[in-house]
Amino acid sequence: MTKGILLHEPTDDVGVAVMDLNTGDKIEAVTLEGEPVTMVTLVDDVPLGHKVAMRDLPQDKHIIEYGEAIGYAYTMIKRGAHVHVHNIRSLRWSGKSQIIEHQED
Amino acid sequence: MMIDKQPQMTGFRRENGRVGIRNHVLVISVDDISNAAVEGVASLIRGATALPHPYGRLQFGMDLDLTFNTLIGTGKNPNVAAVVVIGIEPNWTDYIVNGIAETGKPVVGFSIERSGDLKTIQKAAWKAKEFVQFATELPREPITWQELLVSTKCGESDTTSGLASNPTVGRVFERLLAEGSTLIFGETTEVTGAEHRIVERFETKGEAQAFQAAFDDYQELIRSQGVNLMGSQPTEGNIRGGLSTIEEKAFGNIAKIGSCPVAGFLEPAQAPGAPGLYFMDSSSAAAEMVTLCCAAGAVVHLFPTGQGNIVGNPVTPVIKMSANPLTIETMAEHIDVDLSGLLRFDINLDQAADLTMGIMAQTINGRLTNAETLRHDEFVLTKLFRSA
Repeated sequence: MTKGILLHEPTDDVGVAVMDLNTGDKIEAVTLEGEPVTMVTLVDDVPLGHKVAMRDLPQDKHIIEYGEAIGYAYTMIKRGAHVHVHNIRSLRWSGKSQIIEHQED
Repeated sequence: MMIDKQPQMTGFRRENGRVGIRNHVLVISVDDISNAAVEGVASLIRGATALPHPYGRLQFGMDLDLTFNTLIGTGKNPNVAAVVVIGIEPNWTDYIVNGIAETGKPVVGFSIERSGDLKTIQKAAWKAKEFVQFATELPREPITWQELLVSTKCGESDTTSGLASNPTVGRVFERLLAEGSTLIFGETTEVTGAEHRIVERFETKGEAQAFQAAFDDYQELIRSQGVNLMGSQPTEGNIRGGLSTIEEKAFGNIAKIGSCPVAGFLEPAQAPGAPGLYFMDSSSAAAEMVTLCCAAGAVVHLFPTGQGNIVGNPVTPVIKMSANPLTIETMAEHIDVDLSGLLRFDINLDQAADLTMGIMAQTINGRLTNAETLRHDEFVLTKLFRSA
């Protein structure tokens, strides 16, 4: 089994791909401390640096990363799916408004 | 922990007991029109470092206070052995000199009016020469982590920052806090989305309220400009890299403090009064933030980067850390700590912290950072509003 997903917290809903992952890959998710947490089968292609769902996430559920809500599910998200701007939204600021470019971060 | 295994660290114990890791002699400009004289002195005397900058005339109120506090704080920094100050007129020059003199270190001021550049440069160069010879006779002495003030700010972040290099700083900060070090983080706008978590970390309610007030003030400033930071999404570059929401970006940022409690809130350039971790109200622009940390007394700065920010500082060594393999490969001359092993599962967070503290100890003992060797001497004052 390939280690390919890092979790900030073991209970997070999403982990981060540390290599390009492909549909059908069976990938082990581990913590930053190197502790294995779970194994997921990818249902989408997920590029390095992007997020993968660790469990089925119903619509409107808060998405937990860093042990914190980083947004909510805009649609139902399946375990092993790519999690990004197409299926999650900011909780605090979901309205469309003027964007300020952050050149530093 | 690695702390016990490290070689003896050495530094310079200053007149006021504070400990530095560099031994600079500075030639500080009070104002923009004194830059030529300051650079003239530094070009004549080996070992004298000029600090020119574009401001210092017709500033007033909080904006003037911040410029003065930044210039004085930089001169007071324990990485500095002695200071020559040059300004156009005597009053403001004396103000900077007297501020630095509180440390007990050698400092002298010259004003250009009634002398002209050339006579001023001659007098100031004699003093700079004397100060360099004084400084180069000072011995390095054994020091401990407890005596050090360490700051952090991240830049050009991507997902590897929140995943690897920022949590590595967090782990280092947890260890340093346990050792009794003094620590600074900040970036008032870049914690937007996670500011409630910082509020909870404060050990006292009063300090938490001071942080919240500074955060709210900046949000209000943005609103007053007719734009809305609170509606901003991560940038296109962030999104391409995998960041989806503003909250996610902010939680990646505050990973730099690990699980540390926050002891207090600092105004920009304000020096902490006791050991502990402090939030400093500050810009997220790299050179401005590092300059403010330097003015607050930081003697070494940890700078995690994703896409490759290359900032340095003339007084406070800046250590660059990255876990992005492409950045490490294409910008090798800038990255001091390669943390890409975290993404390959070759090392865990404790090993990443060991690696970082090893490089910190080497830097403390005198090895120049990449930014120092590449002459990245960015000294950038934070301007609060336009001059009179």
